[in-house]
Amino acid sequence: MRRRSLLLQVGVAALLLALLALLVNNLAVNLLRTGLGLDFGWLGRPSGFALAESALPYSPSDSYLWALTIGWLNSLKVIAAGLVLATLLGVAAGAARSSSNRLLRSLAGGYVAVIRQVPLLLQLLFWYFVAFLGLPETPIGGLIQLSNQGISMLGMPLSVEFCAVLTGLTVFTGASIAEIVRGGVNAVPRGQWEAFRSLGLSEGLGLRRIVLPQALPAILPALTSQYLNLAKNSTLAIAVGYADLYAVSDTTITQTGRAIEGFLLLLISFLLLNLLISGGMAGINATVLGRMRRSR
Amino acid sequence: MTVAIRATDLVKSYTPGSRALDGVSLEVASGEVLVVMGPSGSGKSTLIRTFNGLEKLDGGELDVLGVRLDAAHEERPVREIRRRVGMVFQQFNLFPHLSILDNITLAPVKVQKRPKAQAEQRAIELLDQMGIREQAHKFPAQLSGGQQQRVAIARALALDPEVMLFDEPTSALDPERVKEVLDAMRQLARDGMTMVVVTHELGFAREVADRVMFMDQGQVVETSDPASFFTNAREERSRRFLSQMV
Ligand SMILES: Nc1ncnc2c1ncn2[C@@H]1O[C@H](COP(=O)(O)OP(=O)(O)OP(=O)(O)O)[C@@H](O)[C@H]1O
Ligand SMILES: [Mg+2]
Repeated sequence: MRRRSLLLQVGVAALLLALLALLVNNLAVNLLRTGLGLDFGWLGRPSGFALAESALPYSPSDSYLWALTIGWLNSLKVIAAGLVLATLLGVAAGAARSSSNRLLRSLAGGYVAVIRQVPLLLQLLFWYFVAFLGLPETPIGGLIQLSNQGISMLGMPLSVEFCAVLTGLTVFTGASIAEIVRGGVNAVPRGQWEAFRSLGLSEGLGLRRIVLPQALPAILPALTSQYLNLAKNSTLAIAVGYADLYAVSDTTITQTGRAIEGFLLLLISFLLLNLLISGGMAGINATVLGRMRRSR
Repeated sequence: MTVAIRATDLVKSYTPGSRALDGVSLEVASGEVLVVMGPSGSGKSTLIRTFNGLEKLDGGELDVLGVRLDAAHEERPVREIRRRVGMVFQQFNLFPHLSILDNITLAPVKVQKRPKAQAEQRAIELLDQMGIREQAHKFPAQLSGGQQQRVAIARALALDPEVMLFDEPTSALDPERVKEVLDAMRQLARDGMTMVVVTHELGFAREVADRVMFMDQGQVVETSDPASFFTNAREERSRRFLSQMV
Protein backbone atom coordinates (compact mmCIF):
# COMPACT_ATOMS: atom_id res chain seq x y z
CA MET A 1 0.00 0.00 0.00
CA ARG A 2 2.70 2.45 1.06
CA ARG A 3 4.93 1.46 -1.82
CA ARG A 4 2.16 1.95 -4.35
CA SER A 5 1.27 5.42 -3.09
CA LEU A 6 4.95 6.34 -3.17
CA LEU A 7 5.15 5.13 -6.77
CA LEU A 8 2.08 7.19 -7.63
CA GLN A 9 3.61 10.29 -6.10
CA VAL A 10 6.84 9.84 -8.02
CA GLY A 11 4.83 9.38 -11.23
CA VAL A 12 2.81 12.54 -10.66
CA ALA A 13 5.95 14.51 -9.84
CA ALA A 14 7.64 13.28 -13.04
CA LEU A 15 4.60 14.30 -15.07
CA LEU A 16 4.60 17.77 -13.53
CA LEU A 17 8.31 18.18 -14.19
CA ALA A 18 7.82 17.22 -17.84
CA LEU A 19 5.02 19.74 -18.17
CA LEU A 20 7.14 22.44 -16.56
CA ALA A 21 10.04 21.64 -18.90
CA LEU A 22 7.71 22.01 -21.87
CA LEU A 23 6.53 25.42 -20.64
CA VAL A 24 10.04 26.65 -19.97
CA ASN A 25 11.07 25.46 -23.42
CA ASN A 26 8.17 27.37 -25.01
CA LEU A 27 9.12 30.42 -23.03
CA ALA A 28 12.74 30.19 -24.19
CA VAL A 29 11.69 29.75 -27.79
CA ASN A 30 9.42 32.77 -27.55
CA LEU A 31 12.12 34.87 -25.97
CA LEU A 32 14.58 33.89 -28.70
CA ARG A 33 12.11 34.66 -31.46
CA THR A 34 11.36 38.15 -30.17
CA GLY A 35 15.04 38.62 -29.56
CA LEU A 36 14.35 39.98 -26.14
CA GLY A 37 15.82 37.44 -23.74
CA LEU A 38 14.98 37.48 -20.05
CA ASP A 39 16.10 40.77 -18.56
CA PHE A 40 15.19 42.23 -15.19
CA GLY A 41 17.43 45.26 -15.43
CA TRP A 42 14.48 47.58 -15.98
CA LEU A 43 13.30 46.88 -12.41
CA GLY A 44 15.80 49.43 -11.15
CA ARG A 45 14.70 52.26 -13.44
CA PRO A 46 12.32 54.98 -12.20
CA SER A 47 8.70 54.08 -12.87
CA GLY A 48 7.53 57.56 -13.77
CA PHE A 49 3.95 56.85 -12.69
CA ALA A 50 2.17 57.95 -9.55
CA LEU A 51 0.23 55.62 -7.23
CA ALA A 52 -2.94 56.82 -5.53
CA GLU A 53 -2.25 54.73 -2.51
CA SER A 54 0.93 53.54 -0.84
CA ALA A 55 1.57 52.04 2.54
CA LEU A 56 5.21 53.18 2.43
CA PRO A 57 6.65 56.43 0.93
CA TYR A 58 6.56 56.29 -2.86
CA SER A 59 7.03 58.77 -5.72
CA PRO A 60 7.24 58.41 -9.53
CA SER A 61 11.02 58.76 -9.33
CA ASP A 62 11.20 55.50 -7.38
CA SER A 63 12.06 52.27 -9.19
CA TYR A 64 9.67 49.82 -10.84
CA LEU A 65 10.69 47.30 -8.22
CA TRP A 66 9.55 49.64 -5.48
CA ALA A 67 6.29 50.37 -7.33
CA LEU A 68 5.60 46.63 -7.59
CA THR A 69 6.42 46.20 -3.91
CA ILE A 70 3.93 48.93 -3.05
CA GLY A 71 1.36 47.12 -5.21
CA TRP A 72 2.14 43.88 -3.40
CA LEU A 73 1.62 45.59 -0.04
CA ASN A 74 -1.66 47.09 -1.24
CA SER A 75 -2.82 43.63 -2.31
CA LEU A 76 -1.72 42.17 0.98
CA LYS A 77 -3.57 44.89 2.89
CA VAL A 78 -6.90 44.36 1.16
CA ILE A 79 -6.57 40.55 1.19
CA ALA A 80 -5.67 40.37 4.88
CA ALA A 81 -8.48 42.72 5.89
CA GLY A 82 -10.84 40.84 3.56
CA LEU A 83 -9.97 37.45 5.07
CA VAL A 84 -10.71 38.66 8.59
CA LEU A 85 -13.91 40.55 7.76
CA ALA A 86 -15.29 37.87 5.40
CA THR A 87 -14.73 35.24 8.08
CA LEU A 88 -16.53 37.30 10.72
CA LEU A 89 -19.41 38.10 8.36
CA GLY A 90 -19.60 34.53 7.06
CA VAL A 91 -19.63 32.92 10.50
CA ALA A 92 -22.26 35.39 11.72
CA ALA A 93 -24.47 34.88 8.66
CA GLY A 94 -23.97 31.10 8.69
CA ALA A 95 -24.90 30.91 12.36
CA ALA A 96 -27.89 33.20 11.75
CA ARG A 97 -29.16 30.73 9.15
CA SER A 98 -29.50 28.08 11.88
CA SER A 99 -30.96 30.55 14.37
CA SER A 100 -34.36 30.05 15.96
CA ASN A 101 -35.13 33.71 15.19
CA ARG A 102 -37.10 33.80 11.94
CA LEU A 103 -36.14 37.38 11.00
CA LEU A 104 -32.41 36.68 11.42
CA ARG A 105 -32.78 33.45 9.48
CA SER A 106 -34.47 35.03 6.47
CA LEU A 107 -32.16 38.07 6.46
CA ALA A 108 -29.13 35.79 6.27
CA GLY A 109 -30.82 33.57 3.68
CA GLY A 110 -31.65 36.58 1.51
CA TYR A 111 -28.12 37.90 1.75
CA VAL A 112 -26.60 34.63 0.61
CA ALA A 113 -29.12 34.18 -2.20
CA VAL A 114 -28.69 37.69 -3.65
CA ILE A 115 -24.91 37.85 -3.40
CA ARG A 116 -24.40 34.49 -5.07
CA GLN A 117 -26.55 35.54 -8.06
CA VAL A 118 -24.52 38.65 -8.98
CA PRO A 119 -21.02 38.55 -10.55
CA LEU A 120 -18.31 39.88 -8.27
CA LEU A 121 -17.19 42.47 -10.83
CA LEU A 122 -20.64 44.05 -10.83
CA GLN A 123 -20.67 44.03 -7.05
CA LEU A 124 -17.31 45.82 -6.94
CA LEU A 125 -18.54 48.46 -9.37
CA PHE A 126 -21.71 48.83 -7.31
CA TRP A 127 -19.79 49.41 -4.08
CA TYR A 128 -17.47 51.85 -5.82
CA PHE A 129 -19.86 53.95 -7.87
CA VAL A 130 -23.10 53.66 -5.92
CA ALA A 131 -22.15 53.14 -2.32
CA PHE A 132 -18.83 54.89 -1.69
CA LEU A 133 -18.58 57.62 -4.32
CA GLY A 134 -22.09 58.70 -3.36
CA LEU A 135 -21.17 59.20 0.28
CA PRO A 136 -22.05 62.55 1.81
CA GLU A 137 -19.66 64.24 4.22
CA THR A 138 -20.62 62.78 7.61
CA PRO A 139 -18.52 62.43 10.70
CA ILE A 140 -19.86 59.61 12.90
CA GLY A 141 -19.04 60.14 16.52
CA GLY A 142 -15.69 61.69 15.61
CA LEU A 143 -14.06 58.27 15.22
CA ILE A 144 -15.19 57.41 11.73
CA GLN A 145 -15.25 60.10 9.07
CA LEU A 146 -17.18 59.36 5.89
CA SER A 147 -16.87 61.28 2.65
CA ASN A 148 -16.53 60.56 -1.06
CA GLN A 149 -12.77 61.00 -0.56
CA GLY A 150 -12.76 57.89 1.56
CA ILE A 151 -13.23 56.84 5.13
CA SER A 152 -11.09 57.92 7.98
CA MET A 153 -11.24 55.51 10.86
CA LEU A 154 -9.52 56.49 14.11
CA GLY A 155 -7.33 58.89 12.13
CA MET A 156 -6.31 56.20 9.61
CA PRO A 157 -7.37 57.31 6.12
CA LEU A 158 -8.80 54.64 3.83
CA SER A 159 -9.35 55.46 0.16
CA VAL A 160 -12.71 55.01 -1.55
CA GLU A 161 -11.08 52.45 -3.86
CA PHE A 162 -9.75 50.41 -0.96
CA CYS A 163 -13.12 50.53 0.79
CA ALA A 164 -14.98 49.43 -2.34
CA VAL A 165 -12.64 46.49 -3.00
CA LEU A 166 -12.63 45.45 0.65
CA THR A 167 -16.41 45.64 0.95
CA GLY A 168 -16.91 43.80 -2.32
CA LEU A 169 -14.54 40.96 -1.43
CA THR A 170 -15.89 40.73 2.11
CA VAL A 171 -19.56 40.63 1.18
CA PHE A 172 -18.98 38.24 -1.73
CA THR A 173 -16.74 35.77 0.11
CA GLY A 174 -18.81 36.12 3.30
CA ALA A 175 -21.80 34.63 1.49
CA SER A 176 -19.83 31.53 0.49
CA ILE A 177 -18.37 31.18 3.96
CA ALA A 178 -21.89 31.46 5.39
CA GLU A 179 -22.96 28.44 3.35
CA ILE A 180 -19.91 26.46 4.48
CA VAL A 181 -20.52 27.34 8.13
CA ARG A 182 -24.19 26.43 7.83
CA GLY A 183 -23.31 23.05 6.34
CA GLY A 184 -20.82 22.36 9.13
CA VAL A 185 -23.24 23.48 11.83
CA ASN A 186 -26.04 21.31 10.43
CA ALA A 187 -23.77 18.28 10.53
CA VAL A 188 -23.51 18.52 14.34
CA PRO A 189 -26.06 16.12 15.91
CA ARG A 190 -29.30 17.61 17.30
CA GLY A 191 -28.51 16.01 20.65
CA GLN A 192 -25.63 18.45 21.14
CA TRP A 193 -28.01 21.40 20.85
CA GLU A 194 -30.48 19.80 23.23
CA ALA A 195 -27.72 19.07 25.73
CA PHE A 196 -26.40 22.63 25.92
CA ARG A 197 -29.92 24.08 25.95
CA SER A 198 -30.98 21.80 28.78
CA LEU A 199 -27.98 23.09 30.77
CA GLY A 200 -29.28 26.64 30.49
CA LEU A 201 -26.59 27.83 28.05
CA SER A 202 -27.69 30.62 25.70
CA GLU A 203 -27.90 29.97 21.97
CA GLY A 204 -24.87 32.17 21.28
CA LEU A 205 -22.71 30.55 23.92
CA GLY A 206 -23.78 27.06 22.86
CA LEU A 207 -22.94 27.86 19.28
CA ARG A 208 -19.50 29.19 20.21
CA ARG A 209 -18.50 26.61 22.78
CA ILE A 210 -20.31 23.45 21.66
CA VAL A 211 -21.44 23.54 18.03
CA LEU A 212 -18.78 25.49 16.13
CA PRO A 213 -15.80 23.60 17.61
CA GLN A 214 -17.40 20.35 16.43
CA ALA A 215 -18.21 21.83 13.02
CA LEU A 216 -14.63 23.08 12.44
CA PRO A 217 -13.13 19.89 10.96
CA ALA A 218 -15.81 20.02 8.26
CA ILE A 219 -15.52 23.79 7.78
CA LEU A 220 -11.75 24.37 7.61
CA PRO A 221 -10.81 22.67 4.30
CA ALA A 222 -13.64 24.43 2.46
CA LEU A 223 -12.67 27.68 4.15
CA THR A 224 -9.12 27.41 2.76
CA SER A 225 -10.38 27.31 -0.80
CA GLN A 226 -12.58 30.36 -0.13
CA TYR A 227 -9.55 32.22 1.21
CA LEU A 228 -7.58 31.35 -1.92
CA ASN A 229 -10.52 32.54 -4.02
CA LEU A 230 -10.58 35.82 -2.16
CA ALA A 231 -6.88 36.36 -2.84
CA LYS A 232 -7.30 35.58 -6.52
CA ASN A 233 -10.45 37.70 -6.80
CA SER A 234 -8.59 40.66 -5.34
CA THR A 235 -7.06 41.21 -8.80
CA LEU A 236 -10.45 42.58 -9.87
CA ALA A 237 -9.40 45.66 -7.86
CA ILE A 238 -8.10 47.09 -11.13
CA ALA A 239 -11.72 47.65 -12.21
CA VAL A 240 -12.18 50.39 -9.63
CA GLY A 241 -8.63 51.73 -9.91
CA TYR A 242 -7.21 50.36 -6.67
CA ALA A 243 -3.43 50.16 -7.02
CA ASP A 244 -3.01 46.48 -6.18
CA LEU A 245 -0.23 44.24 -7.44
CA TYR A 246 -2.11 43.35 -10.59
CA ALA A 247 -2.88 46.98 -11.47
CA VAL A 248 0.72 48.09 -10.91
CA SER A 249 2.06 45.13 -12.93
CA ASP A 250 -0.35 45.98 -15.71
CA THR A 251 0.92 49.58 -15.91
CA THR A 252 4.52 48.39 -15.64
CA ILE A 253 4.13 45.92 -18.49
CA THR A 254 2.48 48.55 -20.70
CA GLN A 255 5.29 51.02 -20.08
CA THR A 256 8.25 48.68 -20.31
CA GLY A 257 6.93 46.16 -22.81
CA ARG A 258 8.41 43.48 -20.56
CA ALA A 259 5.34 41.26 -20.60
CA ILE A 260 7.03 37.93 -19.90
CA GLU A 261 9.13 39.15 -17.00
CA GLY A 262 6.18 41.12 -15.63
CA PHE A 263 3.94 38.05 -15.72
CA LEU A 264 6.60 35.86 -14.19
CA LEU A 265 6.93 38.27 -11.28
CA LEU A 266 3.14 38.46 -10.93
CA LEU A 267 2.86 34.69 -10.97
CA ILE A 268 5.54 34.21 -8.38
CA SER A 269 4.02 36.89 -6.16
CA PHE A 270 0.60 35.25 -6.18
CA LEU A 271 2.08 31.83 -5.73
CA LEU A 272 3.86 33.14 -2.64
CA LEU A 273 0.70 34.76 -1.34
CA ASN A 274 -1.41 31.64 -1.82
CA LEU A 275 1.27 29.40 -0.34
CA LEU A 276 1.22 31.71 2.66
CA ILE A 277 -2.56 31.30 3.02
CA SER A 278 -2.53 27.54 2.37
CA GLY A 279 0.35 27.06 4.80
CA GLY A 280 -1.37 29.09 7.50
CA MET A 281 -4.60 27.17 7.06
CA ALA A 282 -2.81 23.82 7.03
CA GLY A 283 -1.27 24.77 10.37
CA ILE A 284 -4.64 25.72 11.85
CA ASN A 285 -6.19 22.57 10.41
CA ALA A 286 -3.53 20.34 11.94
CA THR A 287 -3.95 21.98 15.34
CA VAL A 288 -7.73 21.61 15.29
CA LEU A 289 -7.70 18.05 13.99
CA GLY A 290 -5.01 17.17 16.51
CA ARG A 291 -7.15 18.49 19.31
CA MET A 292 -10.18 16.56 17.99
CA ARG A 293 -8.13 13.38 17.71
CA ARG A 294 -6.97 13.64 21.29
CA SER A 295 -10.63 13.73 22.29
CA ARG A 296 -11.35 10.51 20.37
CA MET B 1 -47.06 18.76 49.85
CA THR B 2 -45.54 21.27 47.41
CA VAL B 3 -46.04 20.76 43.71
CA ALA B 4 -42.89 20.71 41.56
CA ILE B 5 -44.58 20.30 38.20
CA ARG B 6 -48.22 20.95 37.33
CA ALA B 7 -49.31 20.32 33.74
CA THR B 8 -52.77 21.34 32.58
CA ASP B 9 -54.23 20.12 29.31
CA LEU B 10 -50.95 20.04 27.38
CA VAL B 11 -51.24 19.86 23.61
CA LYS B 12 -48.35 19.34 21.20
CA SER B 13 -48.72 18.77 17.49
CA TYR B 14 -45.70 18.23 15.21
CA THR B 15 -47.79 17.71 12.09
CA PRO B 16 -51.24 19.18 11.50
CA GLY B 17 -53.98 16.69 12.23
CA SER B 18 -52.01 14.49 14.64
CA ARG B 19 -51.24 15.17 18.27
CA ALA B 20 -48.15 13.92 20.07
CA LEU B 21 -49.69 15.27 23.29
CA ASP B 22 -53.45 15.34 23.38
CA GLY B 23 -54.61 16.99 26.58
CA VAL B 24 -52.15 15.75 29.20
CA SER B 25 -52.65 16.88 32.81
CA LEU B 26 -50.57 15.73 35.76
CA GLU B 27 -48.89 16.79 38.97
CA VAL B 28 -45.49 15.83 40.33
CA ALA B 29 -44.94 16.53 44.00
CA SER B 30 -41.68 17.78 45.36
CA GLY B 31 -39.50 14.78 46.26
CA GLU B 32 -41.62 12.39 44.25
CA VAL B 33 -40.38 9.89 41.64
CA LEU B 34 -42.79 9.58 38.73
CA VAL B 35 -42.10 6.84 36.18
CA VAL B 36 -43.66 7.29 32.75
CA MET B 37 -44.30 4.20 30.63
CA GLY B 38 -46.04 3.55 27.37
CA PRO B 39 -45.56 2.13 23.88
CA SER B 40 -43.23 3.68 21.31
CA GLY B 41 -44.63 6.92 19.89
CA SER B 42 -47.07 7.43 22.78
CA GLY B 43 -45.57 10.87 23.57
CA LYS B 44 -43.37 10.13 26.60
CA SER B 45 -40.32 11.98 25.28
CA THR B 46 -42.40 14.84 23.99
CA LEU B 47 -44.01 15.22 27.41
CA ILE B 48 -40.86 15.42 29.49
CA ARG B 49 -39.17 17.62 26.90
CA THR B 50 -41.92 20.20 27.34
CA PHE B 51 -41.01 20.29 31.06
CA ASN B 52 -37.74 22.11 30.32
CA GLY B 53 -38.84 23.92 27.19
CA LEU B 54 -37.04 21.73 24.66
CA GLU B 55 -40.41 21.36 22.94
CA LYS B 56 -42.77 24.29 22.52
CA LEU B 57 -46.35 23.77 23.60
CA ASP B 58 -49.23 24.29 21.21
CA GLY B 59 -51.78 24.46 24.00
CA GLY B 60 -52.22 24.10 27.74
CA GLU B 61 -50.13 25.39 30.56
CA LEU B 62 -47.17 24.28 32.61
CA ASP B 63 -46.04 25.34 36.05
CA VAL B 64 -42.50 24.14 36.74
CA LEU B 65 -41.12 25.16 40.16
CA GLY B 66 -43.42 28.18 40.15
CA VAL B 67 -42.38 29.31 36.67
CA ARG B 68 -45.13 29.39 34.08
CA LEU B 69 -44.76 28.15 30.52
CA ASP B 70 -47.36 28.13 27.79
CA ALA B 71 -47.58 28.27 24.00
CA ALA B 72 -45.97 31.76 23.99
CA HIS B 73 -42.68 30.07 25.00
CA GLU B 74 -40.90 33.20 26.19
CA GLU B 75 -37.13 33.04 26.41
CA ARG B 76 -36.70 34.19 30.00
CA PRO B 77 -38.87 31.63 31.86
CA VAL B 78 -37.48 28.85 29.66
CA ARG B 79 -33.92 29.75 30.62
CA GLU B 80 -34.82 29.94 34.30
CA ILE B 81 -36.43 26.53 34.23
CA ARG B 82 -33.44 25.01 32.46
CA ARG B 83 -31.14 26.27 35.18
CA ARG B 84 -33.27 24.57 37.84
CA VAL B 85 -34.20 21.35 36.02
CA GLY B 86 -31.62 18.78 34.91
CA MET B 87 -32.08 16.41 31.99
CA VAL B 88 -30.46 13.10 31.02
CA PHE B 89 -30.86 11.73 27.50
CA GLN B 90 -30.95 8.26 26.01
CA GLN B 91 -27.85 8.99 23.87
CA PHE B 92 -25.90 10.69 26.74
CA ASN B 93 -25.14 13.71 24.52
CA LEU B 94 -21.83 14.47 26.19
CA PHE B 95 -19.76 17.14 24.45
CA PRO B 96 -17.14 15.05 22.60
CA HIS B 97 -14.55 17.82 22.29
CA LEU B 98 -14.47 18.59 26.02
CA SER B 99 -12.89 16.53 28.80
CA ILE B 100 -15.18 14.90 31.35
CA LEU B 101 -14.32 17.64 33.84
CA ASP B 102 -15.04 20.41 31.32
CA ASN B 103 -18.32 18.74 30.34
CA ILE B 104 -19.41 19.03 33.96
CA THR B 105 -18.03 22.47 34.81
CA LEU B 106 -19.06 24.32 31.63
CA ALA B 107 -22.57 25.26 32.76
CA PRO B 108 -21.75 26.04 36.42
CA VAL B 109 -18.96 28.37 35.27
CA LYS B 110 -20.71 29.95 32.27
CA VAL B 111 -24.32 30.00 33.44
CA GLN B 112 -24.08 30.22 37.22
CA LYS B 113 -20.79 32.19 37.16
CA ARG B 114 -19.21 29.99 39.79
CA PRO B 115 -15.42 30.20 40.25
CA LYS B 116 -13.70 27.56 38.13
CA ALA B 117 -11.85 25.95 41.04
CA GLN B 118 -15.04 25.59 43.04
CA ALA B 119 -16.90 24.12 40.07
CA GLU B 120 -14.10 21.61 39.51
CA GLN B 121 -14.10 20.56 43.12
CA ARG B 122 -17.85 19.98 42.95
CA ALA B 123 -17.42 18.06 39.68
CA ILE B 124 -14.91 15.72 41.31
CA GLU B 125 -17.31 15.16 44.22
CA LEU B 126 -20.09 14.26 41.80
CA LEU B 127 -17.85 11.92 39.80
CA ASP B 128 -16.87 10.30 43.08
CA GLN B 129 -20.53 9.88 43.95
CA MET B 130 -21.05 8.25 40.53
CA GLY B 131 -18.06 5.97 41.11
CA ILE B 132 -16.00 7.30 38.18
CA ARG B 133 -13.68 9.82 39.80
CA GLU B 134 -10.63 8.50 37.94
CA GLN B 135 -12.21 9.36 34.55
CA ALA B 136 -12.15 13.13 35.16
CA HIS B 137 -9.41 13.96 32.66
CA LYS B 138 -10.47 11.63 29.87
CA PHE B 139 -12.67 12.44 26.91
CA PRO B 140 -16.19 11.02 26.46
CA ALA B 141 -15.25 8.59 23.67
CA GLN B 142 -12.75 6.90 26.00
CA LEU B 143 -15.53 5.86 28.40
CA SER B 144 -18.02 3.00 28.26
CA GLY B 145 -21.68 3.82 27.70
CA GLY B 146 -22.52 3.27 31.35
CA GLN B 147 -19.71 5.57 32.43
CA GLN B 148 -20.76 8.22 29.90
CA GLN B 149 -24.31 8.16 31.16
CA ARG B 150 -23.11 8.60 34.75
CA VAL B 151 -21.08 11.60 33.59
CA ALA B 152 -24.25 12.96 31.98
CA ILE B 153 -26.04 12.59 35.31
CA ALA B 154 -23.17 14.32 37.11
CA ARG B 155 -23.23 17.11 34.51
CA ALA B 156 -26.92 17.72 35.15
CA LEU B 157 -26.47 17.54 38.94
CA ALA B 158 -23.64 20.10 38.85
CA LEU B 159 -26.22 22.86 38.49
CA ASP B 160 -27.88 21.71 41.76
CA PRO B 161 -31.22 21.13 40.05
CA GLU B 162 -34.47 20.83 41.99
CA VAL B 163 -35.94 18.38 39.45
CA MET B 164 -34.27 15.73 37.26
CA LEU B 165 -35.76 14.47 34.00
CA PHE B 166 -34.62 11.14 32.53
CA ASP B 167 -35.57 10.04 29.01
CA GLU B 168 -34.87 6.29 28.69
CA PRO B 169 -31.43 6.69 30.31
CA THR B 170 -30.54 2.98 30.02
CA SER B 171 -32.03 2.11 26.61
CA ALA B 172 -28.78 2.67 24.70
CA LEU B 173 -26.67 0.65 27.16
CA ASP B 174 -25.31 -2.88 27.02
CA PRO B 175 -27.36 -5.01 29.43
CA GLU B 176 -24.44 -5.46 31.83
CA ARG B 177 -24.07 -1.64 32.06
CA VAL B 178 -27.68 -0.89 32.93
CA LYS B 179 -27.36 -1.64 36.62
CA GLU B 180 -24.61 0.91 37.33
CA VAL B 181 -26.75 3.71 35.93
CA LEU B 182 -29.93 2.55 37.68
CA ASP B 183 -28.01 2.33 40.96
CA ALA B 184 -26.93 5.95 40.60
CA MET B 185 -30.53 6.98 39.94
CA ARG B 186 -31.77 4.90 42.86
CA GLN B 187 -29.36 6.72 45.16
CA LEU B 188 -30.58 10.04 43.82
CA ALA B 189 -34.17 9.10 44.58
CA ARG B 190 -33.19 8.02 48.07
CA ASP B 191 -31.63 11.46 48.61
CA GLY B 192 -35.02 13.02 47.95
CA MET B 193 -34.59 14.29 44.37
CA THR B 194 -37.78 15.05 42.43
CA MET B 195 -37.58 12.82 39.36
CA VAL B 196 -39.56 12.16 36.22
CA VAL B 197 -38.24 9.02 34.55
CA VAL B 198 -39.25 7.59 31.20
CA THR B 199 -38.10 3.97 31.29
CA HIS B 200 -38.95 0.41 30.38
CA GLU B 201 -37.08 -0.95 33.39
CA LEU B 202 -39.88 -2.67 35.30
CA GLY B 203 -37.70 -3.51 38.28
CA PHE B 204 -36.64 0.10 38.73
CA ALA B 205 -40.23 1.32 38.41
CA ARG B 206 -41.52 -1.24 40.89
CA GLU B 207 -38.86 -0.48 43.44
CA VAL B 208 -38.19 3.26 43.12
CA ALA B 209 -41.31 4.90 41.67
CA ASP B 210 -43.82 6.59 43.92
CA ARG B 211 -46.29 6.52 41.05
CA VAL B 212 -46.35 5.05 37.56
CA MET B 213 -48.06 6.92 34.73
CA PHE B 214 -49.07 5.00 31.63
CA MET B 215 -49.45 6.89 28.33
CA ASP B 216 -50.85 5.90 24.96
CA GLN B 217 -51.42 7.99 21.83
CA GLY B 218 -50.59 11.28 23.51
CA GLN B 219 -52.95 10.73 26.44
CA VAL B 220 -52.58 9.62 30.04
CA VAL B 221 -54.30 6.26 30.34
CA GLU B 222 -53.81 5.78 34.06
CA THR B 223 -51.64 6.80 37.00
CA SER B 224 -51.24 4.36 39.88
CA ASP B 225 -48.87 3.37 42.63
CA PRO B 226 -46.43 0.74 41.29
CA ALA B 227 -47.76 -2.17 43.35
CA SER B 228 -51.25 -1.90 41.94
CA PHE B 229 -50.05 -0.93 38.45
CA PHE B 230 -47.92 -4.03 38.02
CA THR B 231 -50.22 -6.55 39.66
CA ASN B 232 -53.60 -5.12 38.97
CA ALA B 233 -53.68 -2.31 36.36
CA ARG B 234 -57.06 -0.61 36.03
CA GLU B 235 -57.10 -0.14 32.27
CA GLU B 236 -57.20 -2.79 29.58
CA ARG B 237 -54.58 -0.89 27.51
CA SER B 238 -52.10 -0.88 30.42
CA ARG B 239 -52.60 -4.60 31.02
CA ARG B 240 -52.02 -5.37 27.34
CA PHE B 241 -48.81 -3.27 27.37
CA LEU B 242 -47.53 -5.00 30.51
CA SER B 243 -48.28 -8.46 29.16
CA GLN B 244 -46.12 -7.66 26.12
CA MET B 245 -43.29 -6.41 28.32
CA VAL B 246 -42.69 -9.73 30.10
N1 LIG C 1 -39.43 16.18 15.97
C1 LIG C 1 -40.56 15.53 15.60
N2 LIG C 1 -41.15 15.83 14.42
C2 LIG C 1 -42.27 15.22 14.04
N3 LIG C 1 -42.91 14.27 14.75
C3 LIG C 1 -42.38 13.93 15.93
C4 LIG C 1 -41.17 14.54 16.41
N4 LIG C 1 -40.87 14.00 17.63
C5 LIG C 1 -41.84 13.11 17.88
N5 LIG C 1 -42.75 13.05 16.87
C6 LIG C 1 -43.94 12.22 16.85
O1 LIG C 1 -44.68 12.45 18.01
C7 LIG C 1 -45.18 11.22 18.55
C8 LIG C 1 -44.67 11.04 19.96
O2 LIG C 1 -43.27 10.84 19.91
P1 LIG C 1 -42.38 10.65 21.20
O3 LIG C 1 -40.96 10.67 20.75
O4 LIG C 1 -42.78 11.63 22.22
O5 LIG C 1 -42.79 9.19 21.65
P2 LIG C 1 -42.14 8.27 22.77
O6 LIG C 1 -43.26 7.81 23.63
O7 LIG C 1 -41.01 8.94 23.43
O8 LIG C 1 -41.63 7.03 21.90
P3 LIG C 1 -40.32 6.11 22.10
O9 LIG C 1 -40.64 5.11 23.16
O10 LIG C 1 -40.14 5.47 20.76
O11 LIG C 1 -39.18 7.02 22.46
C9 LIG C 1 -44.76 10.13 17.60
O12 LIG C 1 -45.83 9.88 16.72
C10 LIG C 1 -43.61 10.73 16.84
O13 LIG C 1 -43.55 10.22 15.55
MG1 LIG D 1 -38.89 8.63 23.48
